[in-house]
Amino acid sequence: MIKKTIYGLLSVIFFISCSGDDSDTYVATPMELKVPEIFSQYLIAPVTSVENPQTVEGVALGRKLFFDPVLSGNGTQACADCHRPQNAFSDPRKFSVGIDGTAGFRNSMPLQNLAWNYAESFNWDGSATTLEEQIFEPVTNPIEMNNTWPNAVASLQNHTQYPGLFRDAFGTSSIDSVWVTKAIAQFLRTLISAGSRFDHHVLGEEILTPQELNGFNVFMDEDRGDCFHCHGNFFNPLWTDNTFHNNGLEEMFDDLGLGAVTGDPRDNGKFKAPSLRNLLYTSPYMHDGRFETLDEVINHYSEGLVFSETIDPLMKAVAQGGVQLSEEDKAALKAFLLSLSDPGFINNPSFQTPD
Amino acid sequence: MKNLLFILMLSFLVGACGNDDDNTPAEVAVSLKFSQTFDNTPFTDSDISATVYTNEMGHELTISRLRYLISKMVLKNSAGEMFPIGEYHLTDVSNATTLLLNTNASVPEGTYTLSFVYGFNEENNTDGAYPDLNSVSWNWPLTLGGGYHFLQMDGNYNVNTDPAPFNFHNGTARVSEGDFEQNFVQVDLTNSLLIENGDVIEIKMDIAEWFTNPNTWDFNVYSTNLMPNYEAQKLMQENAATVFSASVE
Repeated sequence: MIKKTIYGLLSVIFFISCSGDDSDTYVATPMELKVPEIFSQYLIAPVTSVENPQTVEGVALGRKLFFDPVLSGNGTQACADCHRPQNAFSDPRKFSVGIDGTAGFRNSMPLQNLAWNYAESFNWDGSATTLEEQIFEPVTNPIEMNNTWPNAVASLQNHTQYPGLFRDAFGTSSIDSVWVTKAIAQFLRTLISAGSRFDHHVLGEEILTPQELNGFNVFMDEDRGDCFHCHGNFFNPLWTDNTFHNNGLEEMFDDLGLGAVTGDPRDNGKFKAPSLRNLLYTSPYMHDGRFETLDEVINHYSEGLVFSETIDPLMKAVAQGGVQLSEEDKAALKAFLLSLSDPGFINNPSFQTPD
Repeated sequence: MKNLLFILMLSFLVGACGNDDDNTPAEVAVSLKFSQTFDNTPFTDSDISATVYTNEMGHELTISRLRYLISKMVLKNSAGEMFPIGEYHLTDVSNATTLLLNTNASVPEGTYTLSFVYGFNEENNTDGAYPDLNSVSWNWPLTLGGGYHFLQMDGNYNVNTDPAPFNFHNGTARVSEGDFEQNFVQVDLTNSLLIENGDVIEIKMDIAEWFTNPNTWDFNVYSTNLMPNYEAQKLMQENAATVFSASVE
């Protein structure tokens, strides 16, 4: 009796695996995320997807898709056009411009260490709750790639290479949008930055300048910069708390940010605290790219804060316009911030246009 | 011989199942629930940045962030036996998953008292030692003695007149540069907790007690930049003793 049942089960499994689409049973070559030493030492494990495990073939496909304009409505724009490797996968323009020449209204965010966004709340306004979900949006956004998914999928299906690459990655050459987002998400999770001079300083491999060290003290000092409550610390090398704050930019909001997503007026004017990694490459700054230089950013927190109802109480010196840093402390803070730059990240050969 | 062994095993099995006519109390899993009030009014996520409270000094305030750490949770029975039930726990009122802790511990059904450390004691307050706490930026600056925050309560006072922020953050106290003083509190609650199967121990924080008993808190003197302020740090520690209570539900 038991034997019969096992035979029955086996034949069912056999049937499924022979039904042409191998996507349920096919397993590409597993590829664990390489967790950098400083992350494994101080942080909890990255967030990966059970439904979308990292594989060699999936990452390679995602990389090709990321740099290929094939996903856009008229075949002229790739993800990488507004998320450029040399800019830590952000856009040096204040607002990115879509295929029809229309500008957006927020600055393109850098793409780095996305698997360490523990709350999985993506975008400046938290509008996507997984990386895969995030990737769905720009393809059809009329002011971005302005395509339809059926059209994007048809372009890939009719391509000489993509059907084979999807089969290698997912066991099926029948392409759909879910596979596209999965492949790109796998590639994005490999965009890991942990090689700045400050990272090496924490690991005891590099000595910072006295000015950089003083700048770190300004950053950590509640009486001076007090940046660390939102932007990481010696033991949190993400340099963000991955949550949302109103940092005193506006008295009235043109853009409600998180509040427009949650519908909760308490969230109005709140935006994701971005990582301070690779600021050297990610100008302009803030959700609307209003500041061209780091000096402007520092001056904002020092003298430029304005009050609104949802301002974070951590912007404690708003009544004085800010924390009133001395010129010496400002210069030191900037030097420290630049020590978070990771040239090995932006130049990583695995992160460039394939071929 | 074989038969004898079988009978012995059987009787052991029967004995183990015969819960009712046995003196050994059943082991019950220990769960902790964390709740907050301001005086007797519950404080939950929906009150964040919304509900106005009045503290002992008469300041009207709202709270926009509340996180706190307790450690070394222990149940003690009437015979003085200690049952450790948790190493440490960070509660974040805005994160529902942190409001309930299913500990891996179980204790015999019975009556206990609850003890824990508010914050970390000196031995456990180790720089960067807890990846889950690092990952939510709970660290206390190294220049202030390092380790971790014990409490972060941010909000505004004078909310109905001239709103001004407060950052009520507590951790190791810095006496002077390089000289630090421990600031944790050993909390030994004295009320009896009868713990039976399915019970949850509720650890309650009365936020109002941070602002009174023994020290009436004056935001006009202490509102921001309190972390490096030795006096403020010690006043918070003194007020911490009456903040916590526990019950079984």
